[in-house]
Parts: sequence; structure tokens; C-alpha cells
Amino acid sequence: MSEIIISSPAPMELDLHKYMHKDRSGKIKIAAKSKSSIAIRLTILVLFVLTVYAFISFDYKNINFAQSVAATWENVKVLFGQPRLTYNSFGGAMHALLVTFSLGVLSTIFGAILAFFGALLCAKNIANPAVSNVIKSLVAFIRAVPTILWVLIFTVAAGLGSVAAVVGLTFHSAAYLIKAYSESIEEMDQGTIEALRASGANFWQIVFQAIFPASLSYMTAWTFLRFEINFTNAIAVGAAAGAGGIGYDLYMAGSFYFDLHELGFITYVVVIAVILLEMLATKIKAKVR
Amino acid sequence: MENNKKLKENISIFTKRKQTFTLAFLGVIVLFGLASFITNFNVIEGFESIPKAVVWIATNLVPNEKSWSRLPNILSKLIETALLSVAVTVCAGICAFFFSLLGTRATRINPWIGRIVRFIAAFFRNVPDVVWAMLLLFSFGQNILTGFFALFFTTFGMLTRTFIETIDEVSSQCVEALTATGSNYIQTVFQGIVPSAMSEIVTWVLFMIETNIRSSTLIGVLTATGIGYIFDLYYKRLDYGAASLVVISIVVLVIGIELISNQIRKVIM
Repeated sequence: MSEIIISSPAPMELDLHKYMHKDRSGKIKIAAKSKSSIAIRLTILVLFVLTVYAFISFDYKNINFAQSVAATWENVKVLFGQPRLTYNSFGGAMHALLVTFSLGVLSTIFGAILAFFGALLCAKNIANPAVSNVIKSLVAFIRAVPTILWVLIFTVAAGLGSVAAVVGLTFHSAAYLIKAYSESIEEMDQGTIEALRASGANFWQIVFQAIFPASLSYMTAWTFLRFEINFTNAIAVGAAAGAGGIGYDLYMAGSFYFDLHELGFITYVVVIAVILLEMLATKIKAKVR
Repeated sequence: MENNKKLKENISIFTKRKQTFTLAFLGVIVLFGLASFITNFNVIEGFESIPKAVVWIATNLVPNEKSWSRLPNILSKLIETALLSVAVTVCAGICAFFFSLLGTRATRINPWIGRIVRFIAAFFRNVPDVVWAMLLLFSFGQNILTGFFALFFTTFGMLTRTFIETIDEVSSQCVEALTATGSNYIQTVFQGIVPSAMSEIVTWVLFMIETNIRSSTLIGVLTATGIGYIFDLYYKRLDYGAASLVVISIVVLVIGIELISNQIRKVIM
């Protein structure tokens, strides 16, 4: 039987100077300088420099700042203090709100359907890598173009109206949701997919028995988030591209009738609608989870 | 017996799931039908418009020789827009940080002030930037400050909410520890909250810069300033070559910023 030699451990030496740094004045440094904290400081510094440069470089056209701020304050008081409808009836405003809501619904449904299949082609754990890369770049491109530009572009091709608004909004939401859905598919447990594949399940069986149930709660959360975004986008698009709905009423009140009272009333309608939607979304998300 | 009962339960779970799915599916279809009816949306027309639009984009929306001469003008507006969204986000971020300290569970002075802060943040977040833009157009006119303040208010609301959530999530424990060791309010904020929440905060600021570039295009269309205005101008003059150059430059800028912020995020997270 060979003897087992257990070497006694070397005496521990606590090299304090290795861990404890002192600065010039002899103070002990307590914060470690990591790569991340340097990066954060550098980012903040660059952003500050850019901000200062921005304020220097802006062309203010000799605006009287104090006077403008005072005028703004007066307008804010009228806008939020005395909301009143003159050109629109209350029913008309509600109908316009319903139109905007419907634009949001349509573009979210289309966007979600497109994005579900797009995400299947795009998620790294189930898709072909070449196809995935192509779709990811396409999606990045579509997302980079502002929604309003998509709607304006489709307005020329499809004419002014709901079609251009819905298709334009759908483009952006599909691209956004493809990214969100594919990330939630990529996060799911690879073992489930492998187990199903090993037991001979085909692609669609894997999709509907493993991927869909596993990522359903994430997808619902993302879809509702996108619906809220689509609703606000539908307002913006209605204002800037004449696509109808409450956004168009906002635009007419603000830039055509110059009526702050009306603008205020419609703003209140919009804000209440958005807050109600947020509450509804929270409830549905809690149910799915 | 026992097994049978379990099996039955399992089956009822599946049928229940099926029922919920069918109900949800039917609900979506009804919602779709109603929405199409209200907006006069025609599905066939919608699908037909996509190839039409693609053809139109491919034939018209390409830069031509004439449009390259407008490039210096476009680039100067593009840089202005980029700087605007950085400046807006940084200013709103600083204000939102100090404001959110009054709203977090760990640092608020009392629960009522916390509630008021959350309410104010919700207000600024939910009033559409379109409204701010039109309101400010009355008093500031076609000025870069119109876009600045319109974006500022919504960014401020957005960032206040996310900062409150981030700080609550990240630093409630370290605040407790610091308070227990007897540090005062300012020490708690700068030694506890700032270091632990800073990476998240920077990430959110970078994300908002990207979002604000897109929003400022829209506000530009409405208030006749910046990159949105020159797109609208070229587009309405039917100078599609120059308009396409505007689109391409926005895409390059947004993707560039996205790539940079992804890199930064990778290092700091």
C-alpha cells in the first residue's frame, strides 16, 4: 500500500497591498474600478458633452425665451383648465376614439400574426441560421424607419384612409413583435424541444405543443404592450398623416381651428382612454400568467 | 380508481385549455370584424396595397443624381435631430432621476408624495407628444425648442416611471443596509442607489435616445422643424429621390445608434 502524502497547505499570506489600494493622500479606495463602471462613466461623459454641444449649436432664431414660456403657461392653463368642445360633439369625439382604437386593434392583430410566423423563422434555437440573419436585418431596417414615414409612404401607394394607416402601423408592429417574440422563444428551455424532436414530433407539433404554450404569457405581455404603443401611434399618425380618428381631431383643433379648449377636451379623452387601456392590459396579463 | 380520477382531471385541464383558446380566438375574430367595420378597412385592399407599395418604393423611392445635391442640407438636419434627441433625453433623464427619488419606496419622503409623483409621471407619459407639439407651436413657433419641449415632457414621464421601477427593484436592500449603518439621505442616494442602479439607468437613457429620434421625425412633420419637416417638404413636392435619401439617412442613424448602445449595454450589464 503506497503511502499517501498529504502536503500541508502553504501558510496563508494575506497580501493586503494586492487588494487594498490607496490613493495619493493615503485614503483607501473602496470602489473597485471595473470595466463596466469605466464604460458607464465614459458614456455619461460623452452624453453630457454632446448635450452641451447641442445647446450651443442649436439655431434658436432669437426667440424670446421668457416670453414664450409665459405664453406656454397661459396656454397650458386654458388647455387643461377649460376643456370644452365647440366643433366636435361628444358623440363625434367618442366615435373618433373608437376609430383610433380600431386602427390599433387591426394593426396589432395583423402584426401579431405576421410576427408569430416571422419569429419562428427568426428564433436561433429552431430556425435556419441564414434565414434567421436575413430576417433579423430586414426587421432592424423596418424598425429603423419611423412609423409615420411608413404611413406616408403607404398613403401614396394605397390612397388616404384606413388601409394606409393599418398597413403602415402593421409594418412597424410586426417588426417590433418579431424581435420580442423570437427573444422569448430563444429564452425557452431547449430540453423540451429536443425531447419532442427525439420522440418524433414534426415542426408544427413542436411549435404548437412546446413553443406556443411555453412562450404564451411573454407573447401576450408583449402584444398588449405593442397594442398600447399602436394606440398612441394611431393618434400620432392620424394627426400627421390625416389617417382619421381622434388624432385627426387633435390636429384639426390645434392646427386648423386654433382652439385650445377643444384641444384640451380631446387630450383629456385620450389620456383617460390610455389609462383605462393600461389597466385592462394589466388585468389580462395577470390572468394569462 | 385514483389513477382514473387523475386522468379525468388531466383531460378536463386539456379541454378547458382548448375552450379558453377557442374563446380567445373567437374574441379576436369578433374584435377584428368590428374594428374593420368601424374603420372601413378592407382586408383584400390591404393585402393588395403591399405589392403595389413595394413596386412604388422600388421605382420612385430611390435617390437620383439631383437628390445627392441635397445631401449636405439633409445631413445638417440629421445631425440636428440626433443632437436634439440626445439633449432632450439627457435633460429629461437628470430631471427624472431626482424626481423619481421622491417616488421610490426606498427614498420617498412619505407615501403621499410618492403617489403624487407617480401620478404626475403618468400624466406626462400619457399626454401624447402631438398635443405638446401643437400647444408649444402656439407660443414657440417653428423653433427647435418646440420639438425640444414636446419630446422633453413625454421622455420625462417615461423615464420617471422606469427609474422608479428600476430603483425599487435594484436598491431596496442596500438602502436598508445603508440606513442601518447610519448614513444620511444624500449618502444613501450617492453611495447606494447611484452605483447600483446606474447601469440600468444608462441603458434606459440610451433606449430613449433611439426612440426620440423616431418621435422627433413625427414632431418635425407636425411642427415644420428638423428632419421630419424636410422629408415632408420633399415628399409633398414629389421630389421622391431626396425624400428617399432622408429615409436612408434616418435608417443609418437609428441603426448606428442601436449598434453603439448594444455594445455599451454588453459592457456595462
